[in-house]
Amino acid sequence: MTLRDRWRKIVNFVMLSLTGVCAVVAVSMLFLILGYLVYNGWKSLDWNFFTKLPLAPGETGGGMANAIVGSVDIVALATLFGLPVGFMAGVYLAEFGGKTFSGLVRYTADLLNGVPSIVIGIFAWTVVVRPMHGFSALAGAFALGLILIPITARSTEQFMVSVPQTLREGALALGASKWKSIATVVVPAAYRGIATGMILGVARIAGETAPLLFTSLNNQFWSNGLTQETASLPYMIFIRAISPYDDWRRSAWAAGMVLLVGVLLANIAARLILSRGIEVQK
Amino acid sequence: MTMGTAKVPSPSSAAGKPVTQPGKLKAVNLNFYYGNYKALHDISLEVPANRITALIGPSGCGKSTFLRTLNRISETIHNTRVEGQVLLDDENVLTVDVTALRRRVGMVFQKSNPFPKSIFDNVAYGLKVNGFRGSLKDAVERSLQRAALWDEVKDKLQKSAYALSGGQQQRLCIARALAVDPEVLLLDEPCSALDPIATAKIEDLLFTLKDQCTIVIVTHNMQQAARVADRTGFFLLGKLIEYNTTEIIFKTPTKQETEDYITGRFG
Repeated sequence: MTLRDRWRKIVNFVMLSLTGVCAVVAVSMLFLILGYLVYNGWKSLDWNFFTKLPLAPGETGGGMANAIVGSVDIVALATLFGLPVGFMAGVYLAEFGGKTFSGLVRYTADLLNGVPSIVIGIFAWTVVVRPMHGFSALAGAFALGLILIPITARSTEQFMVSVPQTLREGALALGASKWKSIATVVVPAAYRGIATGMILGVARIAGETAPLLFTSLNNQFWSNGLTQETASLPYMIFIRAISPYDDWRRSAWAAGMVLLVGVLLANIAARLILSRGIEVQK
Repeated sequence: MTMGTAKVPSPSSAAGKPVTQPGKLKAVNLNFYYGNYKALHDISLEVPANRITALIGPSGCGKSTFLRTLNRISETIHNTRVEGQVLLDDENVLTVDVTALRRRVGMVFQKSNPFPKSIFDNVAYGLKVNGFRGSLKDAVERSLQRAALWDEVKDKLQKSAYALSGGQQQRLCIARALAVDPEVLLLDEPCSALDPIATAKIEDLLFTLKDQCTIVIVTHNMQQAARVADRTGFFLLGKLIEYNTTEIIFKTPTKQETEDYITGRFG
């Protein structure tokens, strides 16, 4: 073996090790967070956590039932509003858009994707909270829905564009109208990818905190309706994690754990759907 | 546009060449542009009814582009433009409703493109989108039989179309196109991805189909054109160089370019 060969082997080994170590660091972060959450949170996690209302500091017992339900409400509403708009916009981008307009929409969607969520929160506060004279689940859902739209639009577009052109032509050649070919061939061919993108989008907004600070705010009790202040898990974590009370801080860990497990489950579901393969020939 | 107007024979002298059958489909001074690029130059060609017409020529000569203007599937590509006329039973296809046109002029593509659906739903698709009333089951069986695929798939109609072999998939696409009873069937290099056995099956199939419809096939394979076609057109650089009976094209072509191509001197 020449000196040069040996040197190559050494460089190869060093670089390979370096990338490997970085990969381990990246992965271990997730497990570190997960472990930390479980370690600190499990003690406060009991049946009461899911069924009882929060209590004042110092009182034992109590839970976060209102925050869990509130989070579900707000995210569900946001989904109801954001998913259809995002999906249809994605279909438009993939199938109908001319060059200029869809280029503009695509660019705007990417910009919207990059807008810090706290800015979205201020916006929702200005256009919903102020006119309605109060914080509400509706306002929170509006803010989260705004975040969901560009995510859904771009992922829907991406998966629809990856459907081979020959499938569209096949449908059109049989006398299907353009809309019919999209609804009956292109969307079904891409639905796994589209559904995956949607799940990941919903999981993403479920953990958003900043927009809720200005919109749904918080509530120590059950919310009296969608136009009222509503508790949510991310907000509860924020309030309790910075509180001076030990049991509150512990319950913040527990809430974080619940939230993370929810998001993880959604991710796993998305991967399972996608891994069954997009049924389209390459 | 209705089916009722379809069967009137047209005078066949227009193209200036002897055509024993009445012309079903006619291109008249057809030009086609991709943006500023002119892909077809002044093509005039008459396709006789119930015959197989083959279009041959080297890659990029415009034969597929020409085929795709016949059912206006060329319009799916942005920034394209057509000049001239395509007449189906003397009716200008550029002015008729495009979905009705495509129902009358079916197409089979170079790469088999079954939908991600069951075998049954693939064949039934064209019927469904065209508002077919009647027994889908019977219609699907009839189409699969016409495409000589029924015996191979009758026990697995609900299976995914992707479970079929390449040759079977292509015959499924033919069955799918036949299901809506097209008057004309366009085939764009349907055998280019198939082995000789699957190719032979499809060629046999074309012979049995020509009683019922008019067939236009684009092919890279000159032997295939010689085997199946009644008439053959030779395209080169976006121009129709020569169009005549297959026998004349392959034995006594009048143009030097045709002879060079046929004898393998280029392309």
